Amino acid sequence: MLSFRIAVRFLRSGRTQTLLIVTGIAVAVSIQVFVGLLIGSLQKSLVDRTIGNSPHITISSATDIATMRDWEKLVDRIEQLGNTKAVSASASANAFVRNGETDLPVLVRGFDFENADRIYNIRSSIYEGRPYQSQREVLVGRDLREELELDISDKLGVLLPNGAVNTFTISGSYDLGVSSINKSWVMANLKTTQGLFGFGGRITSIEIAVDEVFEADMIAYEIQQLLNDKSIRIENWKELNEELLSGLDGQRISSTVIQAVIILSVVIAIASVLAVSVLQKSRQIGILKAMGIKDRTASLIFIYQGFLIGLAGSILGIALGLGLLYAFNIFTANPEGTALIDLYIDYSFVLRSWFIVLLASILAGVIPARKSLQLNPIDVIREG
Amino acid sequence: MNNVVELQSVDKVYRGVIDTQVLFGINLSFEEGSFNSIIGESGSGKSTLLNIIGTLDKPTRGEVFIDGNRTNGLSRGKLAELRNRTTGFVFQFHYLLPEFTARENVLMPSVISRKEPAELVADRADELFEMLGISTVKNNLATKMSGGEQQRTAIARALINNPRIVLADEPTGNLDSENTTTIYKRFRQINERYRTTFIIITHDRRIAEETDRIVEIKDGRIVVDIKK
Repeated sequence: MLSFRIAVRFLRSGRTQTLLIVTGIAVAVSIQVFVGLLIGSLQKSLVDRTIGNSPHITISSATDIATMRDWEKLVDRIEQLGNTKAVSASASANAFVRNGETDLPVLVRGFDFENADRIYNIRSSIYEGRPYQSQREVLVGRDLREELELDISDKLGVLLPNGAVNTFTISGSYDLGVSSINKSWVMANLKTTQGLFGFGGRITSIEIAVDEVFEADMIAYEIQQLLNDKSIRIENWKELNEELLSGLDGQRISSTVIQAVIILSVVIAIASVLAVSVLQKSRQIGILKAMGIKDRTASLIFIYQGFLIGLAGSILGIALGLGLLYAFNIFTANPEGTALIDLYIDYSFVLRSWFIVLLASILAGVIPARKSLQLNPIDVIREG
Repeated sequence: MNNVVELQSVDKVYRGVIDTQVLFGINLSFEEGSFNSIIGESGSGKSTLLNIIGTLDKPTRGEVFIDGNRTNGLSRGKLAELRNRTTGFVFQFHYLLPEFTARENVLMPSVISRKEPAELVADRADELFEMLGISTVKNNLATKMSGGEQQRTAIARALINNPRIVLADEPTGNLDSENTTTIYKRFRQINERYRTTFIIITHDRRIAEETDRIVEIKDGRIVVDIKK
């Protein structure tokens, strides 16, 4: 590896120059890593907040009859697709709860607790009491409970549109972090609501969570193809959140532009430093050629120099970028000490950026390497 | 005796706004193991001649044979290989690589060729350092030596691959008389010990007198060729 050894020596002999360019690359890469990861974290927390505790795909009736029969088969077939995280059948309908003289509108949601928990994370959001167990028990949200001033184990009267009143026991209270839900959802067993609203064995919707949230539209399409049933409607979160998605797209594009500009500046910086290096070292290259070094070997020296500068600069830059990100997180923390943005370090992004910078720095060495091909030993010797 | 260098009807013209012909129909050969000098005034074409012999420059017309190889039409890569294997250069300026130590500089041609085992080359390098009296500075950077030491290091480098030919262009031009005498003594020793062919360019007639053959160039033509 003669060219590699010479490249290392050349870089070491021009220490200040090497240090400057490596620092320059490091700063550029750190900005790239910082901005890329920050925007990535922002997007992730935004998406998490939007759809983290809600179904990604919802199947409901498309006909005038709001309920669906034979839903167990649908659930089975969807689960067999293998790309869903949770499939939960729900029987829900509007009702009222009594509060002194006034009635408050609520949505009584019936579902199998374990299935629904995998979509809504109900268990971890129960801050008092326990999940419903019997068919006479319900869970109420924090806001509703506070408004009704009820305690755990208290009775809750549910008033149906037809005027009938059913009484349930409050087994626990949840807080899903969304006040509209906390205020209006009364959760109960699937059987409970099916009985309450006279649905028989039918349900009102099937809710699905998937692992790859951004593929929800494709999975929804797949389910549509699979079920091929005009009487049902399939909606996914992406079609319901187009504004959010276009916002995310905007962020992603600006992040890509920033990164492209940074890569470009890295290439230009390395290429220009190496172009100067070819001039500075032309005497050495000439004499090496006189001693019999091949043109290819000589030009490899500059490719290696580009690679080494890129390697040092990118490693330093990634470390610096991560440091900046943590520092940012500490300095922008809320007074209570919680972070402004939940950091999400996308290692594949870091690795990808690293790879691109390395590739770019090798590429940056190509121009000076080609220039060195034209160097003729005789020119060096004749000039003296 | 074999001719290790042979030039047949070599012309050299530098193309430019006005073409300048510096060599005219040179027919010249050097025997293996001979000790030669080329003299001439500056601008006479002697350095161009040496560069053509060293395959650093190409003749405009005519043919050049080095160690039996016809160099016309050889690729740059093949020429580099041939140079590395057959020829050692010593210039007026030492041209050591300042980023490397004296020892690394001396070993460079063998590192380029990768033909011989490292230990063998290392032993030969030590022998050359000893012979040229620069053992004490062999681990110095090329820039941390005196002019004489630098030039002797350059000579060791020229000899490391056991070349058939050593081409020296005013090798002592920058040195004092004491260093000059030592260096020519060493050249002679090497010539006798390894049968290395020496072609030395000088403008100093006294140095030329010490060689076995003097070729004098004037205006691009050989005007004198004396063998002792």
